[in-house]
Amino acid sequence: MPKNLISIHDFSKKEILHIVEIAADFEKNKSQNILNDKVVACIFFEPSTRTRLSFETAANRLGARVIGFADAANTSIAKGESLKDTIKMVSNYVDIIVIRHPLEGAARYASEVTPVPVINAGDGANQHPTQTLLDIYSINKTQGRLDNLTINMVGDLKYGRTVHSLLQAMSFFSPNFVFTSPDELRMPLEYKRFLEGKGIPYTETRQLSEHLDSSDIIYMTRVQQERFNDPIEYENVKNVYRLEAGMLSNVRDNLKILHPLPRVNEIAADVDDTPYAYYFKQAENGMYVRMAIIAYLLGYR
Amino acid sequence: MEQKDKHLKVTAIKNGTVLDHIPAESLFKVINILNLSKRPNQITIGSNLDSRSMGKKGIIKISEYFFEDEEIGEIALVAPNATINIIRNYEVVEKRIISIPESFVGIFRCMNPMCVTNHQDIPTKFTTIRERNEVLLLCHYCEKTTDTRNLKIVSKK
Ligand SMILES: [Zn+2]
Repeated sequence: MPKNLISIHDFSKKEILHIVEIAADFEKNKSQNILNDKVVACIFFEPSTRTRLSFETAANRLGARVIGFADAANTSIAKGESLKDTIKMVSNYVDIIVIRHPLEGAARYASEVTPVPVINAGDGANQHPTQTLLDIYSINKTQGRLDNLTINMVGDLKYGRTVHSLLQAMSFFSPNFVFTSPDELRMPLEYKRFLEGKGIPYTETRQLSEHLDSSDIIYMTRVQQERFNDPIEYENVKNVYRLEAGMLSNVRDNLKILHPLPRVNEIAADVDDTPYAYYFKQAENGMYVRMAIIAYLLGYR
Repeated sequence: MEQKDKHLKVTAIKNGTVLDHIPAESLFKVINILNLSKRPNQITIGSNLDSRSMGKKGIIKISEYFFEDEEIGEIALVAPNATINIIRNYEVVEKRIISIPESFVGIFRCMNPMCVTNHQDIPTKFTTIRERNEVLLLCHYCEKTTDTRNLKIVSKK
C-alpha cells in the first residue's frame, strides 16, 4: 500500500513538520530535478485552475512530466465511464495521481483502486489537505513557530472545509482560537467538542473588531450568498465581515492575514498594501508545499 | 402465557435459529440485512405479533441454519434488543446476545447525498462510533456520519 494524502488525518504531527521542513528547502531552491523520470497525473473532474496550476508547476519544478485533464466535460467520464475505470486506466501510465472531484470520498476511493500514491486536491465539501498544509507552512514561516499562537478564524466557519481541517491540524500545536462569524455560520459543535476534549481554548464572537488586536493569524474566509435563506441577511453579513486597512492600526507587529483565495469583498484592496497581508505569498507557498508532498509520497524526501 | 400464544401462531422448528423480539417496524429490514430471500432454508416469518413487552413484534424462524456472530451483528442497529435462540431438537440450547460490530460493510447507505458511494457502484464502509449514548456510523469515504434514524439498507443483488 503506497502512502497517500487524502485527508489531513492521514498525516501525523511528525509528517506535517517534515513537509514544512522540506517545503522550506524547495522554497530556497525552487527547481530540483529529482523526478525527471516520473509522470504525474493531474485529473480534475471539476475545474479549479488555481489548484491545478499550483500542482502542475510543482511537478514541473521537480522535473516530472504531467498528464491529465482540467475538466471532465470532454472525456470518457462524460460518456458514463466509472471513476474506477478512469483511475485504473490512468494508473497504467503514471507514478502518482493528483485528483480533484466534486463527490465526497472520491479521492479515498481512487486510492483504493490504484497501486500508485494519490493526492486529494479537493473532494467536494470534504477535504483539501494540501490547502491545510500550505496554511500551516505559511503560519510557521511568518511566525517562526507553530506553538502557542492565537488564530482568529473569520467568516463562514460552518461550511468552510479549510477552517475545519486547519483547526484539526493546528490542534497538535497548543493554539488559542477565536471564531468570528455571524450566528448562521458559527463553528459546528463537533469541532468545539473536539477542542474541549483536547483542552484547547476558544472564544466566539460576532464582532470582527473585537479580537483583531490580540491575534497572531487572521484566517479570512469567503461568506457565500447561497448559505443564506434571506438575501437581506446576506447583505448585512457581507458588509460586517469585511476587513479594511483602517481596522488594523493597533494590531500585533507579527500579525499576518491569510485567505485561501479567491476573495470576493471580505478583504478590502487597501489591506493588500499593509505589512499584514500575506494571502498572495500564501498562494505561492502552496507550490513549495505541493513539491514537498509529491516528493515525500514518491519516497524521494 | 405469551409463550403459548406464540406457538399457536408460528410453528416450532426442530433445528435452527429463532430471532425473537424484533421491533415490528424493523422486521423487513432484518430480512433484508440477513439476505433471507436468497436462502434455501425453510423460513417462517411472523409479523405484527402481539407482545406483552413490545406491543407488536416480529419473529423469524430459520430451519437448519446457525448464524455467525458477525452476520447476526449486522442487525444490531435495527433490532438491538432482538433475542437469538439456537434450537436443537425443539429445545432452546443457547441464547445469544447481539453486539454492535465495529464496522459495517455494504449494508447501509450513507445519508450524505454528495457521498461518492451514492453515485458510483462502491460498497459502503462505516466505522461505528458512540457519542453520548448515540450510535453513529462514520463513512469511510466522505467522513460524514449517518445516525440510526436515517438508516437505509442497500438493496442486495
Ligand atoms: Zn459517505
